[in-house]
Amino acid sequence: MKTKFTTDTKLESEIAYFENINLKLESGDIIDSFKLAFKTYGKLNAYKTNAILVCHALTGDQYVAGNNPITGREGWWSRMVGPNKPIDTNKFFVICSNVLGGCAGSTGPKELQNGSDVAYGGNFPAVTIKDMVKAQSLLIESLNIEKLFSVIGGSMGAMQALQWAIDFPDKILNIIHIAGALKHSAQNIAFHEVGRQAIMSDPIWKNGKYFENNEVPERGLSVARMIAHITYLSENAMHRKFGRKLQSRDIISFGFDADFQVESYLRYQGKSFVERFDANSYLYLTRAMDYFDHDETFIKNIEFSHNPNNHLKYLIVSFTSDWLFPTIESKMIVNQLNSLSREVSFLEIDTDKGHDSFLLEEPQLDDVIKGFLTNNFAKIDE
Amino acid sequence: MNKINSIRKDWSLIETLIAEDRKILDIGCGDGGLMEQLENNRNAITHGIELNRDLAANAIARGFNVVHGNAELDLSQYSNNSFDYVILSQTLQAMMKPKDILSELLRIGSKAIVSFPNFGHWKIRFQLLISGKMPVTESLPYTWYDTPNIHFFTIKDFLNLCNEMNIVIEKSIGLTSKGKQFDISESVTGVNFFTHEAIFLLSYKNFEPIKIKSSKKVFAKNSVIAN
Repeated sequence: MKTKFTTDTKLESEIAYFENINLKLESGDIIDSFKLAFKTYGKLNAYKTNAILVCHALTGDQYVAGNNPITGREGWWSRMVGPNKPIDTNKFFVICSNVLGGCAGSTGPKELQNGSDVAYGGNFPAVTIKDMVKAQSLLIESLNIEKLFSVIGGSMGAMQALQWAIDFPDKILNIIHIAGALKHSAQNIAFHEVGRQAIMSDPIWKNGKYFENNEVPERGLSVARMIAHITYLSENAMHRKFGRKLQSRDIISFGFDADFQVESYLRYQGKSFVERFDANSYLYLTRAMDYFDHDETFIKNIEFSHNPNNHLKYLIVSFTSDWLFPTIESKMIVNQLNSLSREVSFLEIDTDKGHDSFLLEEPQLDDVIKGFLTNNFAKIDE
Repeated sequence: MNKINSIRKDWSLIETLIAEDRKILDIGCGDGGLMEQLENNRNAITHGIELNRDLAANAIARGFNVVHGNAELDLSQYSNNSFDYVILSQTLQAMMKPKDILSELLRIGSKAIVSFPNFGHWKIRFQLLISGKMPVTESLPYTWYDTPNIHFFTIKDFLNLCNEMNIVIEKSIGLTSKGKQFDISESVTGVNFFTHEAIFLLSYKNFEPIKIKSSKKVFAKNSVIAN
């Protein structure tokens, strides 16, 4: 496989071009050429045994640590990844790529169609978690890394980590699966559908062709983000953070202004999201999550895989207040792996911060990730 | 003998019951101390379950395969005979349904190792007899209202239960309160009186294969356990 690598100075990101590769998607559609934007941190060791792939969640990107030039803020997991951080870049070579269908430099609805000067928009083929992982595996291969030490992700990132364990067990040693599930639940699909409807009912969306007039369906996309953001928190966390406190006023306005702090916060979240995320990409990626379902197939896939997977270690983590991917969903994975006598560890962390806990200050999460990686790496390093 | 020493002593005796290169499930594994010992000294492959969140997190951070969960609810996920040994160290008396746990241990493991403090020890008997209050001793150091131990039993009770459940006691080690070690099965009289702590290696009764001769072939078949 011949891959072309370039550096995009504006995006401050590496780009890998896969040309005439005819990537066959799960839907049956074929993308003949595509590109992935990625970042790497730390150094690959001489035996190439210290590579870790970090998979981002729905609205994440390749800027896992350091500066994110799109937002001007720190990378989305910079508290977890970096020198002397739990995923220690002094020790590990960390790779993070923007998923296929994303909007931070990888091929997706925002990018130009092959050989044309028009963006894909709604013509972009449907992608699934399996397709994203297939594209990532090509990237890892083109970086001449035979085996990843670990694949780590939370939420949609956890889905990718699980998919790696299913599709490419021979190319990895362990996965860290945080706040994920075997399937996207009916409730989660329902929330995504409301978000998508908000975008598609924005008159500016125009069947995904809003870019033709250089417009963005801001209202729809920000409402979608506001809904989603509620599901990432928990009632307790919201109460603790906002309660019924008023925003920049002493008395209620008897109108529909953002009287309450929680309203003002959500409006801000929606508004700032529009500046960094593509509406079509949001439609495609939420759909990819909806289609994720290994509920009935996981145990058979692991047990009867033609690809040896006995060596895999699994660390599964959930959070008590996560109502998008509740503990019971993680325990299903753990139960199935235990029934096959696989090497699995599981921890439910006690927190009121909801689904977003994996991105926030949770010392116990740091400890188990750091310990799990360090001790298991010491075992292969012997 | 304080609690920590007692557990260490317990572990080293458990280690003597375990062969090399075996697969082990430690129920109530804490931060993985026994697992570490068995990996180092017996080259064991270890798995653990721990109810306490912080201990489970510590064990995972130390690199052990540990599931944060409740043995009374979560043992059903393991397949039959998926371990060589299942260890339950000093917790049977704290289980809601000790009998069910015992049969789960021997379903999951080909052998089970169970250790517990003997409620039939003379000190406990005398405390109850003389003071008329629930005994508080080194191995059972809790007052009645805050003890995690909800099912008190003696060695005799345990032996009776094993008999009832068709469980074979392969080895048994008794410890006196001074830490003196002896074989429970050999010293018949006074065992229940002097044993402070007991450790048992258990398995199900093995039935001899019944050979059915026919003119052409010899069939072999294990008879089923009939209650």
